[in-house]
Order: sequence, then structure tokens, then C-alpha cells
Amino acid sequence: MASIIEIKGLTKRYASGFEALKGVDLSIEEGEIFALLGPNGAGKTTMISIICGIARASGGSVTVAGHDIVRDYRGARTAIGLVPQELHTDQFEQVIDTVRLSRGLFGLPRNDAHVEKILRDLSLWDKRNNRIIELSGGMKRRVMIAKALSHEPRILFLDEPTAGVDVELRRDMWKLIGELRQTGVTIILTTHYIEEAEEMADRVGVINKGELMLVEDKTALMKKLGKKTLTVVLADPMETVPAELSEWNVTLNADGHEIEYIFDTQAERTGVSSLLRKLGDLGIGYKDLNTKQSSLEDIFVSLVHQEKAA
Amino acid sequence: MSLQNFHAIASIYKFELHRFRRTWLTGLLVPVITTTLYFVVFGGAIGSRMTEVDGIAYGAFIVPGLIMMSMLTESIFNASFGIYMPKYSGTIYELLSAPISATETVIAYVGAAATKSLIVGTIIFLTAHLFVDLPIAHPFAMAGFMVLIAISFCLFGFILGIWAQGFEQLQVIPLLVVTPLTFLGGAFYSVHMLADPWRTMTLFNPIVYLISGFRWTFFGRGDVRIEYSLAFVAAMLILCIAIIGWIFRTGYRLKK
Repeated sequence: MASIIEIKGLTKRYASGFEALKGVDLSIEEGEIFALLGPNGAGKTTMISIICGIARASGGSVTVAGHDIVRDYRGARTAIGLVPQELHTDQFEQVIDTVRLSRGLFGLPRNDAHVEKILRDLSLWDKRNNRIIELSGGMKRRVMIAKALSHEPRILFLDEPTAGVDVELRRDMWKLIGELRQTGVTIILTTHYIEEAEEMADRVGVINKGELMLVEDKTALMKKLGKKTLTVVLADPMETVPAELSEWNVTLNADGHEIEYIFDTQAERTGVSSLLRKLGDLGIGYKDLNTKQSSLEDIFVSLVHQEKAA
Repeated sequence: MSLQNFHAIASIYKFELHRFRRTWLTGLLVPVITTTLYFVVFGGAIGSRMTEVDGIAYGAFIVPGLIMMSMLTESIFNASFGIYMPKYSGTIYELLSAPISATETVIAYVGAAATKSLIVGTIIFLTAHLFVDLPIAHPFAMAGFMVLIAISFCLFGFILGIWAQGFEQLQVIPLLVVTPLTFLGGAFYSVHMLADPWRTMTLFNPIVYLISGFRWTFFGRGDVRIEYSLAFVAAMLILCIAIIGWIFRTGYRLKK
């Protein structure tokens, strides 16, 4: 796949001397969903702000769809739709007016059919003549997405799209992102809800303290760093873990009804079969077994912790 | 200078005028009532006891000053508010991330604000006709002068709106600088009526040149030569454009 965004050696140093970005290199492929993960203050928003023209880079270069973001800002920005993290809206204006304004700002002629489609897709059509101040927070978020989509961008930036959003809207948003992807739109989202990245992203980048720590295919990442948990549901509950099982470092859960064993899927010997054999030898009966892949969240937390420890 | 995105200019212009339209009643009534009050007080109550000023009936004499006073305040207020609001509400992110050049942005915002202040100026002009006989010596020059003043002071307001970091700062310059200078700038009297040193001091007030120039377009004479007035307006235009150019080059109070 061809890359649609090329970031090379991007740095951002604030007047205070704080380095928000320390030489980031990243290339985003056309049509993918890329999730940028990182704790607060990691540099996610700074990076997006620079790409979109809201902040200036201190060094490095960015091209969007082949256009340099400084020399050819029109070409670069036309390709981008941005949904920022904060709910910035024209409170006193009507929904449909602000969406039309956004389309015009990006140099496109008025197109009521397209605006109607977006508003319908986002369940905003009934509210189109409402003033934005009358809408709930979730609805305002939808308005901001409608504005970003109004000019038919090839790339959509969603900065913390589901922060402070209810479950229903979050589901709607995931659905919408899926549909946009079908039409070939490249989506870059930042989040610290890891389940979001897990659910949708093709690739994941982890950023911490202005440095991109890793960029990887999501499934490969989960496989590589993934641990699995084996849960054994016991036939009869036990009070303590027998000393014979200490080798596996198991924990007792659910009031002694379950034991849990964490193993590395990539290890030569996972220890699963030996554990089960041992249970048999000890005469411990079990009713059920299940294994669970560890989430991106666990991976992420362990990455950031490693960094801290180092 | 870069002009390509005409849809953006048109969209901002319409959006801004739409904002004015929402409050058109107050927007239009206020200047009409204010002007009427000035006529009642200065034209009727005081003016009837006054003789002509520079050979012009006092009621007519104050009209250019009244129009100028409202237009300066309106221009500064509308333009500064127009660009300050997106900064305040945060919607400026969209303007900054849109494929729109600095020149296009200024044309759209200043154009919309100037349009409104020209409407207000015209309304006052028409209201004045209800009270006094108003000869116009140079109608085209008058219209041209109004347009120039509206544009220069909207540019000034735009700078103010970008500079301001709070609502008080938006008010400070119009209330503490522009309004006093207008009152002392010969809106209600001729500079010739003053005795020195006040007369000489008054000539340092830039608003004198504006009011005088505008009065010239009505009556064919003013306190200072029309060339000086035009030179002053031109200087103000150039200065404002230079400052705005600098703002966009450096991103002053716009970009992080």
C-alpha cells in the first residue's frame, strides 16, 4: 500500500523548552485505520495539530497525499478532516449552518445532498435547525464529526473521539468508522481507551514522552507481546493453592472455584499441558477450561512501565 | 498574497453576516436611536441657539461627525468580535486547519464587518435627512471615503480581536481611546473654533483628519486639507495591513 502521510524527524519544542515531540518518524498507509496510543501529555495532540496546520513544527517535515504541509498547505489540508479533542463549536449557530460553513472553508461548493447524508448518518438530521448550544455533549461531538466529513476528506483525524461519550455513541462511532474505511478513507485516531484501538485499528503506534516507542500491526503486536490466561473451573472449591502447583504461580479466584494461570503464547513450553497433568496427578477435578488473550491495554501498560523502569 | 479559495471567502462572509442578521433589529435600531438623540440634543436643544459653523447650519455640520463616530465604533467592534469569538470558543481550529490563506481570511472577516458598518453608516445618513437639509458636495467621494474608513477600521478591529485575550481587552481600545478621540476630534465643533494651544494639540488627534475629510465630501470644506485626510487614511490602511501580515507570518496569538 502507498503511504498517504509521511512524517520525518518531526520535533516540537515549546518556548518554555519543553520538548513535546522528539524526532518522530512515521508513515501512514492509505486506507488503514491507525491508532495512536499514549498517556496524557505523550504528544499525540501536538503531532495531529502540526499535521493539520494548527501548530508549527520546530523541525522535520510532513507530507500529506504528497503535499508538504508548509509549502503546499492547500493541497495537504484539503485532504484532511479533523475532529479535535475538545468540543469547540459555534454555540449560537444552527447545526446545518456550521456544517455548510466547514464545507465552504475547505473550498467546496455548497452541496445540500451531501450535507444531508452526513447529518442523517450521524443521526443529526432532526436536529439540523437546532442551535448547537441546545445539544447534549454527545450530539456536539457528532456535529464536529459532521463538520470534519463535510468536505469529503481522504484522511480523517479523530483526536480522542470517544472521550466522555456514552456507550451508544461510541458504538455508532465505531460503525461509522468502519463504513468510512469501506469508502477508502484513511483514519488516524488517538485514544487512551485501548479497547477502541483493539476493536478497530489495523496498526497501532505507541507514543510516550514525545517518542514513538513502537509501530506495529495490531494482531502481530498482540501475538508478539500477548500473554494468555488459562482459567480452570474446579469441580470442588479449594481453600488454598496446593504447594505442588507453586511452580506455575497460579492464583485462586472466585472464592476458590477457579484457578488462573498466565502463560506466554510464544514460549517453547507454555506449561499448560504439564499443569493439567499435575492437576490430574493430584486428583483435582475440573469442569471447564478457557483461555483468554491479554488485551492491548495490558500490553500498553507493560510497555509504558518498562520505559519507566529503564 | 494568495487568492484561490473563493468558496471559503464567500462562506465566512455569509456566515458572519448571518450572525449580524440574527440581531438585525438591535443592530439597526441602536444607530437610528442614537443618531436621533444626538439630533434632539445637539441639533434641537443646543443647535437652535448656535449660529452657523464655517457657514454651515449646525444641525447639518454635525452629521459627518456622527456618521464617522458610529462607523468607527461599529467597525472596530464588529471586526474584533468576529475574529475574537472563534479564538474564545476554540472554533479557530477549523480556520487554522482549512486550506485558506491569510489574505483570504482577512478579506472574508474584514469584508463582512465593513459591510455591516457601511449599512449602519448609510442608515444614519438617511436618518439625518429626516432632521436637516443635507447637501452633498461630492457624493462619490463621500461613498468612497465611507468605504475606506470602514475597511481601515475593520482591519484595525481585526488586529485588536487577535491581540485581545479577554472581553475587557476588546472594549478597552474603543472605549478609552477611539470614543474620546472622536469627541475631541471635531465631531461637534470646528477645530477653528478652538484657541491655541488646544487647536495645535487637536491637530495631533488622528480622528480630526478623518472627520474633516468626511466633512469635506459633504460641504466642500473641512478643518484640514482633504489631501492630508486621504494621506492619513492611506497610512492607516498600510500600517494595519503590515501588522496583519506580520501576525500571520509569525502566528502571533493564533498558532502554538
